[in-house]
Amino acid sequence: MDWAPSCTLAALAARAELLATVRGFFQARGVMEVQTGIIGAATVTEPAVESIAVPGLGYLQTSPEYQMKRLLAAGAPSIYQLGPVFRAGEAGRRHNPEFTMLEWYRLGFDDRQLMDEVAALVAAALGPAPVDRVTYADVVARAPADVEVQATGGLSARELLDLRFANGLDTLPPGRWFITDYPADQAALARRRPHDPGVAARFELVVDGLEIANGYHELTDSREQRARFERDQAARRAAGQPEHATDERLLAAIESGLPDCSGVALGFDRLLMLKLGAKSLREVMPFPIDIA
Amino acid sequence: MASYSTNEFKPGIKVLLEGEPCAILENEFVKPGKGQAFNRVRFRNLKSGRVWERTIKSGESLEAADVLDLDMEYLYEDGEFWHFMKTDGSYEQLAAPASALAEARQWLKEQGVYQVTLWNDAPIAVSPPNFLDLEVVETDPGIRGDTAQGGTKPAKLSSGAVVKVPLFIEQGDVLRVDTRSGEYVSRAKSD
Repeated sequence: MDWAPSCTLAALAARAELLATVRGFFQARGVMEVQTGIIGAATVTEPAVESIAVPGLGYLQTSPEYQMKRLLAAGAPSIYQLGPVFRAGEAGRRHNPEFTMLEWYRLGFDDRQLMDEVAALVAAALGPAPVDRVTYADVVARAPADVEVQATGGLSARELLDLRFANGLDTLPPGRWFITDYPADQAALARRRPHDPGVAARFELVVDGLEIANGYHELTDSREQRARFERDQAARRAAGQPEHATDERLLAAIESGLPDCSGVALGFDRLLMLKLGAKSLREVMPFPIDIA
Repeated sequence: MASYSTNEFKPGIKVLLEGEPCAILENEFVKPGKGQAFNRVRFRNLKSGRVWERTIKSGESLEAADVLDLDMEYLYEDGEFWHFMKTDGSYEQLAAPASALAEARQWLKEQGVYQVTLWNDAPIAVSPPNFLDLEVVETDPGIRGDTAQGGTKPAKLSSGAVVKVPLFIEQGDVLRVDTRSGEYVSRAKSD
C-alpha cells in the first residue's frame, strides 16, 4: 500500500517555515488573519473553474473570496487567510484538487499597490529579484502562430485565446513576471479600468513559468457583478456544465457596501515548489490526490 | 469501445491518435489565467516509434488502443513475412510484415526471444532483447597478441548487422552486442 507521504520530511519542515514567514509578513504589516468556511452554500460561477459539491450543504470553496468579501463589507480591516481550497478535475504536476491558498485583501489599495506587496511577499519567501511586467496582449502575441489542438467541434475564440495565452506564457524567460491588462471578459471579480473599460484591473504573477498569484482591484458594483454571474451561468448552460446558484449573500454584501480594496490569491504550494526548486507538487505536499 | 478521458491520461496508457496506436509518455495539465484547461501530451507512435506532441482540450477523450506486448520466439522468414511463435506453450505462430521489423531486422537470431507488439492481434512492432550473442561471419583477419592496442574494424554478424569490433576479433567468434546502440560489448563466453 502507498501509505507513505510523497514529499520528504525536509519539505514539510520547509513548508512550516514558509507558513511562519507568511504569517510574520502580514503581522508586520498589520493585516489580520481570518478563517472562513471551507464549505459555502454557494460557489463560483466561472465556467473554467469546477467546484466539488458537498451534498446537502453546498460546495467546498474554490477560494475563500466570497466569504472574505462579506467580512470586508461587514467592516473588517485588511485581512488574509491561509487554508485549503478545492477544484474538481485539476490534477497534474502543478495541480491538485486540494491545495493551500494564501488570499489577502487590502483596503484602499489599487491593483498596482497590491502588485508591489505581492512582489514584496515573494521576495520575503524566495529572496529578492527584479520583477518585470508584460501585458496579456503581449503574452498572447508571443505564442507561436500555428497552434494545433485536438478539440471536438474546435475551439471558441475565447478558448483559442486561452490556449495562445498558455503557449505565450511558456515563451517568457525565467524570472518574475506580472501579467497585466487582462481583457474585460477575463475580469471575473475585478473592476474595469474607468478610462479603458475594455481592460480589467486584474494581474497575475508568473515565476519561472509557474503561475502563482491572481489579483484584482475588486469590483464593488453589485449590479455589474450580478450581470457577470448571469453571463457565466449562460455560458455554463450553453456548455452543458452544472449551473450554480448565484451567491445572493455575496451580492447583498457588495450592495451594502464593499469598501474600495484589492485582493489576491496566491498558490502557497507552488510558492513552496519555487522555494525548493521542486518540479512537482508531489515534492511539497505529503498526500497528493492519488495517494490521499 | 473503451476510451480514456484526458483526466485519466497517464504514462503507459495506449490510445488511438489519428488512427495510429500510441502510448502516452507524458501528460501535462495546463490551465493558465483560470481559463480553459488543456492537456499537453507526448505520445510514442507504436508503429513508427516516433514521438508525437499534441495539445488536447481537457475533457476530450481518446479511444483505447487494443495493444499487447508478447514475448515470442523467432522462427524463420519466408521472403515476405517473419514468423514468430508464442512462448506460452501454445506453439501459436504469427507472421510479422517488414514494417513491423524495421530496425530489428538486423538483429534476428533463430530461437531468440523478441518482444512483439500486437495491435488488434496483428504484429506492428518487434523489439530485440537489449543484449544478443551473435557470431562473426565476416571480418578482416585478427591481429593476435595485440589486444591492448586501440583501434577497431567492422565485423559482419550472423544476423546481418555490422558492428565495430576490436582488432583481435576473428571470424567465428561469438560476440555480445548491445542492440540499442549497435555496439560491441565483449566476446561471449563459449559453451
